[in-house]
Amino acid sequence: MPADTDPSTASRPRGGRPKLAVWKFASCDGCQLTLLDCEDELLGIAGQVEISYFLEASSAAGPGPYDLSLVEGSITTEDDARRIRHVREVSRRLVTIGACATSGGIQALRNHADVTEFLSVVYARPDYIRTLDTSTAISAHVPVDFELRGCPIDRGQLIEVICAHLSGRTPDVPAHSVCFECKRRGTVCVVVARGTPCLGPVTHAGCGALCPAYGRGCYGCFGPSDSTNFPAFVPLLRRDGMDTLDVRRVLSTFNTAAPEFDAAARKDPQT
Amino acid sequence: MTDRDTTTAVIGKDGVDALISVLAGRGRTVVGPTVRDGAIVLAELTRGDELPYGWGVELEAGHYRLRAREDGAAFANSAGPNSWKTFLHPQRERQWTAERRTGSGDDTDTDSREAWVVVPDETPSRSYAFLGVRPCDLRAIAIQDRVLTGGPYADRAYRGRRERAFLVVVECTEPGATCFCVSMGAGPGVDGGSDASYDLALTEVVDAAGHRFHVRAGSAEGAAVLAELPHRPADDTTAAAARERVAAAAGRMGRTMPEVDLRALMRDSLGAERWNDVAARCLTCGNCTMVCPTCFCTSAEDVTDLTGDHTERWRRWESCFDLEFTHLPGGTVRSSSSSRYRQWCTHKLGTWHDQFGSSGCVGCGRCVVWCPVGIDITEEAHALADERAAGEGGTS
Ligand code: SF4
Ligand code: SF4
Ligand code: SF4
Ligand code: SF4
Ligand code: SF4
Repeated sequence: MPADTDPSTASRPRGGRPKLAVWKFASCDGCQLTLLDCEDELLGIAGQVEISYFLEASSAAGPGPYDLSLVEGSITTEDDARRIRHVREVSRRLVTIGACATSGGIQALRNHADVTEFLSVVYARPDYIRTLDTSTAISAHVPVDFELRGCPIDRGQLIEVICAHLSGRTPDVPAHSVCFECKRRGTVCVVVARGTPCLGPVTHAGCGALCPAYGRGCYGCFGPSDSTNFPAFVPLLRRDGMDTLDVRRVLSTFNTAAPEFDAAARKDPQT
Repeated sequence: MTDRDTTTAVIGKDGVDALISVLAGRGRTVVGPTVRDGAIVLAELTRGDELPYGWGVELEAGHYRLRAREDGAAFANSAGPNSWKTFLHPQRERQWTAERRTGSGDDTDTDSREAWVVVPDETPSRSYAFLGVRPCDLRAIAIQDRVLTGGPYADRAYRGRRERAFLVVVECTEPGATCFCVSMGAGPGVDGGSDASYDLALTEVVDAAGHRFHVRAGSAEGAAVLAELPHRPADDTTAAAARERVAAAAGRMGRTMPEVDLRALMRDSLGAERWNDVAARCLTCGNCTMVCPTCFCTSAEDVTDLTGDHTERWRRWESCFDLEFTHLPGGTVRSSSSSRYRQWCTHKLGTWHDQFGSSGCVGCGRCVVWCPVGIDITEEAHALADERAAGEGGTS
């Protein structure tokens, strides 16, 4: 959590445009697309935010420092691990965006598997590939000021985080369950009214309860909420037709390495 | 017409159609039950045929299903997923906006210093007509009136909407398996006395003599609206049929509360073992508080834009199941699930009396139905009563 909410230390530089940098690690670019989607707001409202994208090698990066760095993607190589330390050094605030940067992403499925075997199966020349055995969150490597959830992130939440950081206040990003948003939106609960499995009760809010609003269950793309009870929740998924493998799979997607999801997926859900 | 003719009458389905258009003609947004997404929800209505004619509901803890009804009744069902608080106490509402006024640089001149200019949000209230307010919901509205407008800091936006609202109560003839308004003294009829006043009260009767509604006017405007509808004088048969159906409904409640002083039970149960039992089952998802027609808690949300020169204060529904609800410097006060469930239950049934002079529960059963894991406040209250009785019996 960002402790720094004193306006006197706000990230808005005295005079000049706030410099915002966007960094990419192992990811699909979806979260950056969300940012591109916000450029009207970012440039239009203020006309004073300077955005630099560093999509690839660190050599392209300017000297900084940056007022706010948005980091997409997880750490999967030695080079990533070095580069994220550089990003931290040149950034006043570092905010991770999305499931990859925040919990390791879907690529963290490798964490419990044999990566050497994957390499030999997937690549014609495995010796060309240099990779770590794990995909890890940014916070496993450097201190992070704020983590924004989602696969992909929510546009409104991204703007909120940027505005909050620039004015030196804590972003309003609730960590309660998706059910809160679902009820506020006025959606009829798909679990109660249809018996459709839904991860809403254990999933972090932020999407505005998008999936239930379209009649399907939440699949947990924002990762665990701040108050989960899997021993009570898993039997509900099973009641609604999921077997052990289904439960394991639904918890092993974009946030598979989030500790609460990981623990629940590995536990025999029958017990 | 005699006085009685204007205060009670019988209308048909055409009378209900006319009711919607007459109320709309008086500038009101008409809201009532309609079938949407597999449930009978409350939404804006423009025509009578949008009402849930021919639909009933099958309710259980954590379970809701629509069921077709042979008799074609519109109101032979009970409280649905949303309540009137959605309209009277909306989930998100702007309180004020503020703009930064740039200073002239001369700080000795108070009028030209940099300052914030705050503009309260005073959008004129919409005028609603609520069609199909159940007796439990009428009690819930009266409770929210006391909470939100009773003290020295009345919620002006709520009061504006409330004063302009026209309430059409529909008495219950088909209670759900999760209803317990009789235990809470809130239904299934409206003759309880001390509650919020209504404008019209309808009781639906479907029998060999036809599909019709017995109507009572509860206010001068109610009587005036009734006079504009196609209606006939109330006949004794219809009046008696309406009374019988409501009386029979009282005998068919799906749930009961233990017959003890619930306020004292809550006070005596603060250290009960049962809270740990329920905490093992509770997901702390907050659904129960969101669907409860009396829960009123909100939190503030401050929105700033990129320039930092414009800011807005919003208010949104909050719940005592949220860890943030009791977040103070130093951490969360109610971090355990048992303390959060206990807050909800003891507030509804116990401490609400101390704060607002009544129970905070009207027995609508919404929290029972819409809890994904089917935690049932009546079952918990019975268990707490049993635990206390066992303790008094000296068994522990
Ligand atoms: S549909 Fe899912 S997210 Fe919405 S209230 Fe039900 S369980 Fe919660
Ligand atoms: S009682 Fe049910 S609805 Fe309420 S917070 Fe617990 S699980 Fe959610
Ligand atoms: S506590 Fe439950 S039964 Fe009582 S008024 Fe609230 S939602 Fe209805
Ligand atoms: S039960 Fe909880 S959410 Fe409801 S009014 Fe009481 S404190 Fe607020
Ligand atoms: S609790 Fe009573 S008044 Fe409310 S819906 Fe059920 S039967 Fe009707």
